[in-house]
Parts: sequence; C-alpha cells; structure tokens
Amino acid sequence: MPKTEGLPDVPTVLVITLLAGPVLAGLAGTVLPAFGYLPVLGHDAFSGDPFRKLSSMPGLTTSAALSFGTGITASLMSLAIVLVFTAGWAGTNTFRRLTRFLSPLLSVPHAAAAIGLAFLIAPSGFLARLVSPWATGWTRPPDILIPGDPYGLAMTFGLVAKEVPFLFLMTLAALNRPHVQDYLKAGASLGYGRMATFFKIVLPQIYPLIRLPVLAVIAYATSVVDVAVILGPTTPQPLAPRLVGWMNDPDLSLRLMASAGALLQLLVSAGALLVYLTLELLAGYCLRARFANGHRHPHEIPARSFSLLPMLLIVITMSLSLVLLGIWSLAKSWWYPASLPQAWSLARMLDGLKSGGESLGVTLVIACGAAVVATALTLWLLEARGNAGRRETGRLKALIFLPLLLPQIGFLFGLQMFFLLAGLSGKLTGVLLAHLIFVFPYAFLALSDPWGRLDPRYAKAARSIGASRARVFFRIQLPLLLRPVLVTFAVAAAVSTGQYLPTLMIGAGRVVTVTTESVALASGGDRQIAALYALLQLVVPLAGFTLAALVPALVFRNRAAMRLER
Amino acid sequence: MSRLLAALALFLLLPAPIQSFAQDSAPSPEWQTTLDAAKGQTVYFNAWGGEPRINAFVAWAGREVERDFGVRIVHVKVSDTASVVSQVLTEKSVGKTSGGAVDLIWINGENFASMKETGLLAAPGWVQTLPNWRYVDVENKPTVTVDFTVPTDGQESPWGMAKLVFMHDSARLQKPPATLDALLAFAKDNPGRFTYPQPPNFHGTTFLKQVLVDTIPEPDLLSKPVGEADFDTATAPLFAYLDALNPVLWRQGKAFPQDAAQLRLLLADGELDIAFTFNPGDAAAAIANGELPPSVRSFVLDGGTIGNTHFVAIPFNSSAQEGAKVFADFLLSPMAQSRKRDPKIWGDPTVLNVAGLPDNEKALFKAQDFGPAALSPQELGPVQPEPHPSWVSALEEAWAIRYGTR
Repeated sequence: MPKTEGLPDVPTVLVITLLAGPVLAGLAGTVLPAFGYLPVLGHDAFSGDPFRKLSSMPGLTTSAALSFGTGITASLMSLAIVLVFTAGWAGTNTFRRLTRFLSPLLSVPHAAAAIGLAFLIAPSGFLARLVSPWATGWTRPPDILIPGDPYGLAMTFGLVAKEVPFLFLMTLAALNRPHVQDYLKAGASLGYGRMATFFKIVLPQIYPLIRLPVLAVIAYATSVVDVAVILGPTTPQPLAPRLVGWMNDPDLSLRLMASAGALLQLLVSAGALLVYLTLELLAGYCLRARFANGHRHPHEIPARSFSLLPMLLIVITMSLSLVLLGIWSLAKSWWYPASLPQAWSLARMLDGLKSGGESLGVTLVIACGAAVVATALTLWLLEARGNAGRRETGRLKALIFLPLLLPQIGFLFGLQMFFLLAGLSGKLTGVLLAHLIFVFPYAFLALSDPWGRLDPRYAKAARSIGASRARVFFRIQLPLLLRPVLVTFAVAAAVSTGQYLPTLMIGAGRVVTVTTESVALASGGDRQIAALYALLQLVVPLAGFTLAALVPALVFRNRAAMRLER
Repeated sequence: MSRLLAALALFLLLPAPIQSFAQDSAPSPEWQTTLDAAKGQTVYFNAWGGEPRINAFVAWAGREVERDFGVRIVHVKVSDTASVVSQVLTEKSVGKTSGGAVDLIWINGENFASMKETGLLAAPGWVQTLPNWRYVDVENKPTVTVDFTVPTDGQESPWGMAKLVFMHDSARLQKPPATLDALLAFAKDNPGRFTYPQPPNFHGTTFLKQVLVDTIPEPDLLSKPVGEADFDTATAPLFAYLDALNPVLWRQGKAFPQDAAQLRLLLADGELDIAFTFNPGDAAAAIANGELPPSVRSFVLDGGTIGNTHFVAIPFNSSAQEGAKVFADFLLSPMAQSRKRDPKIWGDPTVLNVAGLPDNEKALFKAQDFGPAALSPQELGPVQPEPHPSWVSALEEAWAIRYGTR
C-alpha cells in the first residue's frame, strides 16, 4: 500500500508521544530547578547557586569518579567476559549448558542479586563462615572493608555479575543471524582457531547488534542506585545514591542542588558513553589490519580454558547467592559463625508469603499490562513501518532508546510532576504508563531484529494470493515470530517488575509492588523477610521466561521446522 | 468444660469492644461529625515499613478501626519518610490542594519542621480535638507538644516515645561503658567493635547529637536555631571526641552501616559489641523474634540519653482528613497504646499518663512483662531534649567534611 512519505504512521506518532513527551517534560522538571527555579519553595529567579552549592559538597569529585569508574569498568569487563566466552565456546555442549543457567539469572533483580552477593562475601558472610573458625581462627568476623571497599571493587563485581547475563543473551540473539554458522564453518575450514574465527569474522558482523545493549549497560551502570547502596563505598557514596539522598532530604532546599547533581549525573553517563565510543573507534582502527593479517591462531587451548573461568565464576556466585537467599527466607536466626541457620521458621515465611500476595498480584497486573502494550506497540510499529517500506531510521531509534541512555534519576523528578499534573499519579494506569517508558525500549530491542530477519517473501506470497494485511500479520508473521514475541513479552515483564523509583514516585506509595515492598522491608533488620521478598521479585520474570520456553514447544510440537534450529 | 472455656474466652474477649464503646459512649457533637464524615473513607497511612513487628501492629490497628468506625487503613510502607515529604511538596508545587496521595504520615523532628515551615500540613489545632488527647501526658512528657524544640501547634498527634538506648551482647561484653568517655576507652581497647550509622541517617545523626548534648560548653544554645550559636566553638568538643573515636571504629571509620537495622545485624553477627536503637523495647522484641542472640542486654548512659516523641500528621491536601483523625485518635487510645508498649508486640513506650487513666485502662499497662533484655521505665533514666532541628543539617555537613570523604 503506497503511503505519503511525509506523514508518519499512527504507531510512530504514538511511540514518539509516549516516550519523548514524558522524557522531555521530565528533563525540563530537572533542568529548571537546577538553575534555581522552583516557585513552590520560593525560588523564582534563575541563578547558578545550586551548582555552586553542589560543587562545595565534600567528596563530590570522588563520587563522580566512582560512578564513572565503576560503571565503565563493569561494562567493559562484562562485554569482554561475554565476548571471550562466546568466542571460545559457542556451539559446544558447555556453551549450551551454561546458557541454560544464564537465562534465568537475567530475571534476578539487581537488588536481590546484590543482597545475596553481599551476604556471600562479607567478613561475617557465608564464605567466611564455611572456613571459620576451624581454618582461619576467626572466632569473630575479621574487620575487613568488604563490601563497601573504597575503590568500589565489590560494587563493580556485583554489576558485572548482573550485566553479563544480559549482554550474553543479547549476543546469543545476535548469533542467530543468518549465515553466522556458515562463517564459523568457513573459518574452521580455513584453519582458523575457534576464537580467531569469532573475533576476525563473526564479531564484526554481529557487533552492530550488541552495540546498543552495551551502551544501555554503560548508562545504567554509571547511574545505578540499588547496587551502589548495597555493595558500594560509603565515604563518599557514588554520585547516584547521593542524589537520591539529597532529593529525599528533609531540608527541602537541597532539591535544587539535587537537580543540579542530576545534570552532573547526565554528564558523567554521557562522558562514559563518549569514552566507550572513542575506545570503539580506536579498536576498530587498530584492529582492522590484524583482522586481515591471515594469522590463524590455532593454538588456543589455554586461551579458551581461561575464557571459561570468569563465566563459571559468575554463574557459581550468582547461583550460590540465590541459594543463600532461599535459605535466609526460611531462617529465623543465622549468626556468625554458623554455616547453617541456628533456628528455622517456616511459619514466618508463610506469613510473609500471605502478606506479599497482594503486592505480587499488583506486580503481575502491571508487568503483564506493560508487557502486552509494549510488545503489541512494537509489533504494530514494525509492521506499519515494514509495510510502508521504511527501515527504522536513526532518529526514531535514538528516540526509542533515549530512556535507556539517560540515567533515570536525571528526569524522574520532573516526570513525577508531569504525572501529577496529568492526574495520573497514584493510579495503576499512571504507573503502567511510566513503566512503559522504560519497558518499550527493551521490547523494541528484543523484537526488532527477529522481525527484520523474517523472510519478506512469506508476506509477499500471502498478499499475492489475496490475503489482507491483517490476515498476513495474524496468520503468517505472528505465528512465525511466536518465540521471539514471547521472549519479548518476558523481557518486558521482567523490566517492569524491576522498576523501583518510577513505581514509588509515580505510584505515590499507593501502588505497591513486590519491588517497592522489598526495598521498604530491606530498610529494616529482618533478613528473613527481606530475603523472602527478594525471592518474590523473581517470581514474575521467571514465570515469564518459563512460559516463553514452554508455549512454543507446546504449540509447535508437531511442526519440525518451527523447533529451535541449532 | 469446653463450654466453660468458651465462656472464659468470651469474657476475655469482651473488654475490648466494651471499652471502646465506653470511650465513645457520648462523643461530642463535633467529634460525632468527624466520625460520620470518616465512615467509608480510606486512609493512606505513610509509615516507615522496615519492621515487620510494627507493620503487624499497624495492620491490627487498621482492622480495629475498620470494624469500629468503618475507616479503611492502607499502610503505605516507605523506606524513608523524607520521600513522603517530597511527595507532598511535589503535589503542592503542581497546585494539587486536595485529594493528595498521603492522608496520614508517621513523622517527627526535621521532617515535621520542614513540612510545617513549607505549609504542607493540615491547619493547626486538630490534635486537641481528639477525644483521647485528654489522656496524653503533656505535663511530664514535654516532647509530646514540642518536637525537637519546634512547637507542634496541634499539627501532629503523638504516637510513641523514643529514647536512645544502647545494646551489648553480654556473652562477649559483661560490663558496658556507662559514659561517653568510657565508650571511647572501650573502643580504643577493642578497635573495630563499635560504630554508628552514617549521618545523615537519622540514627547516626542522633549519636552525634548525643555526644553534642553531653559535651557542648553552653547547653542552652541547643534550644535555639544553630545560626545564633558559634557553631565551631559549640561543636569543638564533639569533633575532638569523634576525631579520637574515628580510627578505632568498625572498618577504621572508612565505612559506616547505612542504618540502625544494619547496626543491629552487625551486633547479631558479632562484628560489633555495642549497638544502639531508638526503641527501648527493641532488644527484647528482636530477641523474641530470633534477630538477636538471647544474651543481648540494653543499657543507657549515666546522666540520661536523648529522647523524643514520634507523631502522626495530616498533610494539607489529605483526601481523608476525618478518617485520618479517627485513626490518630485510635492510636492514642489506652488499648492501642498498651498493646504497642508490649515488648512481644512492638515495645514502644506510651505517650499517655498511665497514672491518670481510669482503672480499667490502667490495668492494661500494669500486667506487662519487659523481660531481661529491656529496661523498665525507671531504668531508662532521664530524657535529654533534642536540639533545635536546624542543628541537624549543620552537624551533618560538618560530619561529611571530616569523615564522609576519608
């Protein structure tokens, strides 16, 4: 159907209003106070005072440097671990087995993972208990500064452990591109080592697909709040948690300074992204010649073994953290140096489950709602643009991914005002809309490539025998894409479940999810309840990913060609 | 036999409803208007939700009020009360003068001062209209009307009393230090076994205030805004003390626990020998709940410790003002106050004048057993008043410069 080129189609307009509108309004609500304009507190003239006050805060440079350093280090390490592991092991049984472990790890919320990790590595934590006091002589926990070490090593490790599964799954999806397997075979037949084939032939092909996820990881890691609070240094804290602290200070005049700080946070994240882009450029420039130098690198056994180690470490650490959370949710008392709880209590766990039921229901409704809308909207957008013969333009893509590349705290406070004005604050629909801003980009990220790979000849053939556009979509395109659509749905639901600040601020406390409840409970001292809620956070994403795996298997049980290839 | 038991159970169960009827047997016409308007309202009670025991108490109070007055209570569990202040402020800034999201808020001190100053609270005087206000111990507990030196002007209703109480594990430390100097000496002898939450955390700042109150050369200055004092002179002894303490703190003062809950966990795991809390019943309740070893005991400093009152307040744009008042009044009732004081429930001291209560109600308080880990009201010692709230930010800033950046 020919369309007027000048007029954008309905879904494009919808997506733009849905994403750009709130983000821009939110940014305005941050920028104005940063320059001294917040009439409700009696500040109605622009000035540079907030920035002056910000620069006088003790340890500000350290905080910014910590955010920058831990964020970019964690992102680069995660990327390196994923690429090296994929290079060394793609297509092997080990690879398949680890894949099965890593996918569920993606559904572990950051805060839950960090809590589990903190309990694992603390001086009074599980690892120390295993070997104390009989081997170490520590009758009491040693006074060692971890987690919370001044260089943010524990925090960096926590971020790496959480980002590796994400980047790995993105790489996995990219490996499904057509011809990748052929490249691997071609490389092998020419005598290239497995890793050399990957880095010299495959990676340049699939890198464009994992680039955006890497950028999102950098933006996230440089502005993370929950992981920083649990595992990060405290004197001073990294920038993002300090911002939240200022924003929530009873001294309301600190809000202006906090807004100025949010702009600084934007700068820090943007700086980290720039550094990465520069590194990327340099790497491309320096490595181009080496790609074509013909070295086969056939002796790769040591390198391959080495590439397995960090991945194994992460899988083991994360699984152990989860097991510990499971034990804690049943433990009444569990003090150092006991490696298993001194007192168990099933009754209290059941109590907690009962009181958590309602918030779990709300979480499920919001997650499903946001996931359905985001997935449907993505499909609509892709279908409409495909039909109009347009590829996703750079501008549209940039806009869609804007919410991922901006640190949340940079525009959330403005967003809160925007939703209040619109009368959506404190309502389920408001929270759902706010989630959509953060969920949609991930849905688009997960679905646009599978859609792009769909052979257009199916649709053409159907249209040529008279099928309507709708019929082609529902009878051909959707069934063919059932698996990625369900995975998209699961990813979207997982992202929605993990939202803390947007839920709290737009929900005005009236919309309670397991995530907001879990953070509130974590501020108390009852580890059993805190662990239980951390596990409850896992329920929705895990259910989503399980469904995404089971449904296609069931639907396609008698369709050999629709089974997972490779 | 079973019939006898049932009758006995009935007899035991009966006093509660009868009692609430007794109080409300003849509500004043004004209060009756409030009760009528409150019926059917839903009150969103924004209160810190980190303690399952307190959450359970709020849930119980909500059930009572729903049954007796038809007011539904939703406990909005917050991790930081200041975020609720932010919420109300944001609502005001976009002109939302009614139908706000927050109906009642658990508050005191700096947050109250901030809300009062910015005009975020319901009009003054509503607290004195609550029927149970007459039982409040205004005379002997001055902090029920003066919150951190700021007059409450009837804009927040007292709920409970807080007092800084230290805890030690008697299995490791027999005789706890009785003065701040002894505490410093203890820390020097046992490096790494004492610390405090990192200011601006409420409990951390309270520790600073405790040292300040005990060391300031002119204590009168503390009741006035910090601007009227020479801050450096007034705090010189405080920071001399902290300078000496810092290197022998847990993790050599390079890291601090985030809050009192983490402090308590560190005590339970044996990382610390001494921790502190603002709830005198905390140790007893935590032991009963398996969160602290049974060998933990409470102690206070000679000369007393800082104490204050925590309140509930209604924001200016609350969507259920009457319902919020009814709930605030219920929280003041002798039944709710005595239940709250029970260490097995929560262990939070009452704001009422127990001696002045009618006999039935007095009996509710009499029979309570505090156990070995809690201090009796007599053992708690004198209460030192909180400094003016303006001292808080000044202290926090000065602390951050000295110890917050290593």
